[in-house]
Amino acid sequence: MASTSPAEVTSAPFRDDRALTAWQGVGRQLDYHWTVYKRTWKSSAVSSFLSPLLYVVAMGVLLGRFVHVSPARLEGATSYLAFIVPGLIAAQAMQTALFETTYPVLAGIKWHKSFWAQLATPLATRDLANAMLAFAMFRVATTCGVYFLVMAPFGVFATWWGPLLAWLATVLVGMAFATWTFALSARVEGPDSFGLVFRLGMIPLFLFSGSFFPISNLGPVLAWVARCTPLWHGVSLTRMLCVDDVDPTTAAVNVAVLTCLLVVGWWLAVASLRRRLAT
Amino acid sequence: MPSDSAAATSDPMISARGLRKSFTSREGAIVEAVKGIDIDVRRGEAFGFLGPNGAGKSSTMRMIAAVSPVTGGELRILGMDPAEHGPAIRSRLGVCPQEDTLDNELNVFDNLYIYGRYFGIAKREVRRRADELLDFVQLGEKRDAKVESLSGGMKRRLTIARSLINQPDILLLDEPTTGLDPQARHILWDRLFRLKQEGVTLVITTHYMDEAEQLCDRLVVMDRGVVAAEGSPSELISRYSTREVAELRFPVGDHEATAEKVADLGDRVEVLPDRLLVYAADGEHVLEQVHARGLRPVATLARRSTLEDVFLRLTGRTLVD
Repeated sequence: MASTSPAEVTSAPFRDDRALTAWQGVGRQLDYHWTVYKRTWKSSAVSSFLSPLLYVVAMGVLLGRFVHVSPARLEGATSYLAFIVPGLIAAQAMQTALFETTYPVLAGIKWHKSFWAQLATPLATRDLANAMLAFAMFRVATTCGVYFLVMAPFGVFATWWGPLLAWLATVLVGMAFATWTFALSARVEGPDSFGLVFRLGMIPLFLFSGSFFPISNLGPVLAWVARCTPLWHGVSLTRMLCVDDVDPTTAAVNVAVLTCLLVVGWWLAVASLRRRLAT
Repeated sequence: MPSDSAAATSDPMISARGLRKSFTSREGAIVEAVKGIDIDVRRGEAFGFLGPNGAGKSSTMRMIAAVSPVTGGELRILGMDPAEHGPAIRSRLGVCPQEDTLDNELNVFDNLYIYGRYFGIAKREVRRRADELLDFVQLGEKRDAKVESLSGGMKRRLTIARSLINQPDILLLDEPTTGLDPQARHILWDRLFRLKQEGVTLVITTHYMDEAEQLCDRLVVMDRGVVAAEGSPSELISRYSTREVAELRFPVGDHEATAEKVADLGDRVEVLPDRLLVYAADGEHVLEQVHARGLRPVATLARRSTLEDVFLRLTGRTLVD
């Protein structure tokens, strides 16, 4: 039996016993995500850039020709195209975030089992969640960044710095969603629930959160329902910055709501993955 | 504080006292997988956990791997408490899990490379080690192949190569050859022998007696969450079995009745569904006596005692499912 004193001697670590910092934890997985991305970026590039472009052409340009209303009805936008583009980019941030934090999370747990392999190394559960969320952020930032660049020649942005801030806003929108879907994905047994998330969550938000028409069109009651959705805060913030018509109070509320969602969602994401991987 | 090498040599690499693990099953019942075991694994030895499925081997391994929290008792790995120093312990362990966790979409080399990076090993050094390890596990030619295209034996060797990327002090192997064909098993055993010669401490779980006899210097037989016996394979055999065993096969259904007629020929008789085992110092002599009594078995075999006989003696059950 181990008596007290030798046990104390042997419990002194031989080497480094420091836990990894959050930055180290993510940094050590950069090569993993980069290697995977190098393999998949072509197909993901097509799907993340082509479909938004189709939306812009169909809804913004072609349908927009029939929409002739005053800028006051379009929340300050000078054309329907200028109105719809910020909304579409904010919605794109949400979609990208959702795709990057549903199937990939379940794959890490059930299919590739990459989380289990990573857990055998000095990495901790928190590091696994952080790295996957950081990768989702990279995807949101690049997808939305390219979207803004492609839209610039269409003359839909009022200033040069507005879209720059709006780009940061879309990253915030993306992560406010990514953390919550990550938490959900860490809890579900199979991919069936993702269909519900996309059909009953993503698509209604996409259609009714002010991307395609001002939410005042919904009537007073439904407009307030729309104001309670996270995507509306994202659309509102992105559009105000793009058309250079910022109401400071609304912007502050938008940022506060999205930031709160992000922080609570992150906490839930880490806790959910920890619970799932506990043995 | 780094301890000097002499102290490090005498300290056990792994030490468990009254180690317990219980968890709640999906149905809500509390399952006691490990019910208080004492273990010491010494530097440089090959230590085995032998037992049937559900004996608590894998639960013990996961606690040793510092990924599964200890429910009760004391566990020290490399002198450290896994609850406090999980990352530090894991940085010095190699883990070869029962189920492959290789990334099927990446190639063989990238699987090693990205895994090495998790340990914070410099890029150039990881590349050097990865190529070296691929040669060691005879997968050099498959360097750029997709993992998907590898056979089961190759995948297992790749997993072992991956578990060595951080030059671990202890290598944990959970049922390393389950599901492999005989040739693949022998290649794997050969590599594990070499690692042992290089001074790597091996901890192996298995439900194959021959594997335990081949690889382990010392082992514990686990059954239903407790240690049923501990020692070297030969010690266990001499302690719990006779030198030889005579196996007698009679038509199905006759074994119970026949057992009484041969009971006096050995120290002990075991009745299995398909055969009788007579434990004695001289197996051939038992077979002669059986024939002399006019009994006509369908088939007979005289052999040395193995760990399976030890297990049968200790638990009254065979190991193979």
